[in-house]
Amino acid sequence: MDLGFPILSTLIFLPILGAAALLLIPRSKEGDVPRLALLITVVEFLFSLPLWFQFDKTTHLMQFVERKSWIPAWNVYYYLGIDGISILFVLLSTLITVLCVLVSWTAIKEKVKEFYAALLFLEGAMIGVFCSLDFFLFYIFWEAMLIPMYLIIGVWGGPGRLYAAVKFFLYTLIGSVLMLVGIITLYFYGGHTFDILELSSQTYPLKLQMILFWAFFAAFAVKVPMWPVHTWLPDAHTEAPAAGSVILAGILIKMGAYGFLRFSMPMLPQATQAMMVPMLVLSVIAIIYGAVICLGQDDLKRLIAYSSVSHMGFVTLGMFALNYQGVEGAILQMLNHGIVTGALFLSIGIIYEQTHTREIADYGGLATVTPIFAAFFLVFTMAAVGLPGLNGFIGEFLIILGGFSAKTWAGFLAATGIIIGAGYMLWLYQRVFFMEVNPKVSSVRDLNYREVITLAPMLLLIFWIGIYPNIFLSYMHTSVNHLLQQVNASTSSAQINPGMVLETALRFIGG
Amino acid sequence: MITTFPIPNIAPLGPEIFLAVIGCVVIIADLIWKEQRYVVPAVVITGAAATILMVTQVHGQAFNGMYSADLFGAFFKILCLLGLIMGVLISIKNLAITGLTREGEYYSLMTFSCVGMMIMASATDLIVLYLGLELMALSVYCLVGLLKTDPRSSEAAIKYFLLGAFASCLLLFGLSYVYGTTGTTDMRAIAKAAAEGGLATNSAFLMGMGLIVIAFGFKVAAAPFHMWTPDAYEGAATPVTAFMSVGPKAAGFAALGRVLIEAFPAAHANWAAALTIMAFLTMGIGNITALCQTSIKRMLAYSSIAHAGYALLGLLPGTSEGMAATMNYLFIYLFMNMGAFAIIILLQHKNAIGEALEDYKGLAKKHPVAAGLMLVFMFSLTGIPPTAGFMGKFSLFMSALHAGYTGIVICAVIFSAISAYFYLRVIMLMYMYEPEKEIALATSGGLAAVLAIALAGVIWLGCYPSQLVDITTKALMLGP
Repeated sequence: MDLGFPILSTLIFLPILGAAALLLIPRSKEGDVPRLALLITVVEFLFSLPLWFQFDKTTHLMQFVERKSWIPAWNVYYYLGIDGISILFVLLSTLITVLCVLVSWTAIKEKVKEFYAALLFLEGAMIGVFCSLDFFLFYIFWEAMLIPMYLIIGVWGGPGRLYAAVKFFLYTLIGSVLMLVGIITLYFYGGHTFDILELSSQTYPLKLQMILFWAFFAAFAVKVPMWPVHTWLPDAHTEAPAAGSVILAGILIKMGAYGFLRFSMPMLPQATQAMMVPMLVLSVIAIIYGAVICLGQDDLKRLIAYSSVSHMGFVTLGMFALNYQGVEGAILQMLNHGIVTGALFLSIGIIYEQTHTREIADYGGLATVTPIFAAFFLVFTMAAVGLPGLNGFIGEFLIILGGFSAKTWAGFLAATGIIIGAGYMLWLYQRVFFMEVNPKVSSVRDLNYREVITLAPMLLLIFWIGIYPNIFLSYMHTSVNHLLQQVNASTSSAQINPGMVLETALRFIGG
Repeated sequence: MITTFPIPNIAPLGPEIFLAVIGCVVIIADLIWKEQRYVVPAVVITGAAATILMVTQVHGQAFNGMYSADLFGAFFKILCLLGLIMGVLISIKNLAITGLTREGEYYSLMTFSCVGMMIMASATDLIVLYLGLELMALSVYCLVGLLKTDPRSSEAAIKYFLLGAFASCLLLFGLSYVYGTTGTTDMRAIAKAAAEGGLATNSAFLMGMGLIVIAFGFKVAAAPFHMWTPDAYEGAATPVTAFMSVGPKAAGFAALGRVLIEAFPAAHANWAAALTIMAFLTMGIGNITALCQTSIKRMLAYSSIAHAGYALLGLLPGTSEGMAATMNYLFIYLFMNMGAFAIIILLQHKNAIGEALEDYKGLAKKHPVAAGLMLVFMFSLTGIPPTAGFMGKFSLFMSALHAGYTGIVICAVIFSAISAYFYLRVIMLMYMYEPEKEIALATSGGLAAVLAIALAGVIWLGCYPSQLVDITTKALMLGP
């Protein structure tokens, strides 16, 4: 598929150049910065829409490909392209950044142009991560993301921001540099190339695969984050400003899971199969541990942050179930989690801007004070719980289905995580929105138009995916099929009919 | 009877001779135009720029192969000359601020030390190498001690001189062993003699080699021979520190690389083992000690030790690929380190104000441009893409991994992650704290020029390193 112009490069560099332009605006005109940033992100979002419409769903091959020699001496290419796995994340990134600009509109008062510049730079790098087909290029974007994210947490974050920012940076950096060693090793074994597709098409000795699996694991597991390397996440999510939390929850932590899908699984299929059980165990621990910890939280953002650990446990469980339902469910769940948790953080950001407290005990009775807000939040809560008809259900259902067919205990234990999840989310809703009106929040105003516009797209997506997920799943069928063929090539390659899985799922919702 | 005295072909030495003449002109110019502060620096900069042009034109060998103006040497000469130009540019205003009035001596010493570095880069004979080394080292000892009213400066100079002289002795001692076992001081001839005579197991030969490695360890500030570095770096005037951390270090690596690869390929296993330990210690001590510094100059001193450790990684394989990686790295290091020091100089005032890390609190609010530049240099020193620091480290890691040095590379990446902490601390102080006291910037045209060059280098080489990689690869295809 080709649009006649380098669409992916445009998507990557439009926000980066926009960021540079924002920095050049003089201090006296800083009031215009949010408007300009919104313009850039909206244009960016519009530019990303052709991907959705022009994407060819019938092939697993990369589309919208751009390839230019970059560093010939090392055989590095500037090589971009997307397939059914990455396209949804590119679109999610462009959408979420628009919402991030909106939610920061009045919340960011200091160093305004720097904030929006960091946000835009981050957007460019994120899209670069999802589009790179050269391992070197991927690593550049992967690491470059750390700079703006570190600044967003550290400069505009909450009271504990310094600690959280450094912890985030060091955790991810140590994981990434170990992956770098793995990448270079792979380069020499794979015939001096960083081409992801070429590297995926070769077979490596099992021992090397195992070493590389753990090297990649260091980077991806920290990013996901999987238990027990998740401890940076509650701090970072909690202390980041609303926009930072939304991007962290919505996009950044998806990159870890994306990394497993794009690199570990196709390149190291035998190691992936060998490590299936340990990975499932870690995922189940994350699901249950994250959920149980949530029950004890008294900080709004921290609770949502731990719920991310639990939800990302579902994602890794689905991926390492290594079957069709599991992987597709995992990808959908990544998208869902991005939308739902992103929406929850947006909501909390909106309310925090007025109350300046994250303590759950400081809230209460908001449903009478701010009915519109309460309605929005209810939908997001229900989606997080996994109510049928909303998006969370589809993903979790597919994942547990996959879990059961891979290892019964995994599916069983994961299901208990959903039950605890319902517990903490509903209890949270009860404490914040029902009961007596807390005098501290009695004068809070309800959502204004900007805030409704910020939350509405998420609401729409939650219902859309919940009621008609096929349109989203249809983008990934071919690519997931191809991925699983690569993983299972060494053992069996049972073809699964994608339609069947979905039918089962839909029948379940209907009845 | 009249014997004809053969006139040696001195053309390959042209740039060095020219620069030495510039050094002398500087002394005279200083006497004539005492009041004009810009004449002398202008002479040095023009001279250095002209020398760069000459270096690119000159090829060939001189003095029966004792001196070789090859691409390898030319690369390091250009690096050192760029270091000289930037060093002069950052000095102009700072000398007036810190009260260093002997400008003629200052600039001529800088120029002469650069001549020494150029000789080191091209020497293919151990005696010539020693000459270059001493010319460079003596000039730098004086530069360190030039701030005579500051006791820190005098202490630093004495320390540096004593340890440096000690290292020179070790070098000569080592040379004598090597000469004793091989009967020659020519690098290629040593390699030949070592291979033919099976000297790789000869303990006298190995001892000589070991002493040479130790002596260069002193010069490039590799642990455990780094003790002089923090004090010398802290005590010297800041522009001198910046100059020292780039040029002499690069020249040291040029000479060490050439000696190891050309003269001692037979004993590769021995020196690689020693260098592995040195690299590990250097990275470890540099990065971990830097964590707890309160003076930014001292912190950058330890950081420069750590960076020497990374650069050693490229020497380990003893291949041209590895050496090319070290060259990439040193070239990139020139820009990022000069940039960082230029910011320090920008903030520096009399009596060490602006040297404490605390002084950087809230800089982003008062002076956003300076803080933004420092941010870029700090991320580059950490090695985060898309800055050049990443490309440099990447090429080092790649070459060492290719040669199978996996263990030390894993250590290197972990130390590199640890180093993020203290570089980030500068960023944290600048961006995440409120300003406590007023710090005025000592802006000048020279500093602005250096910052622009450094920023351009860090970003350009970070986004498009292929030209640099091609040049270093090509330089090594034809030698050393």
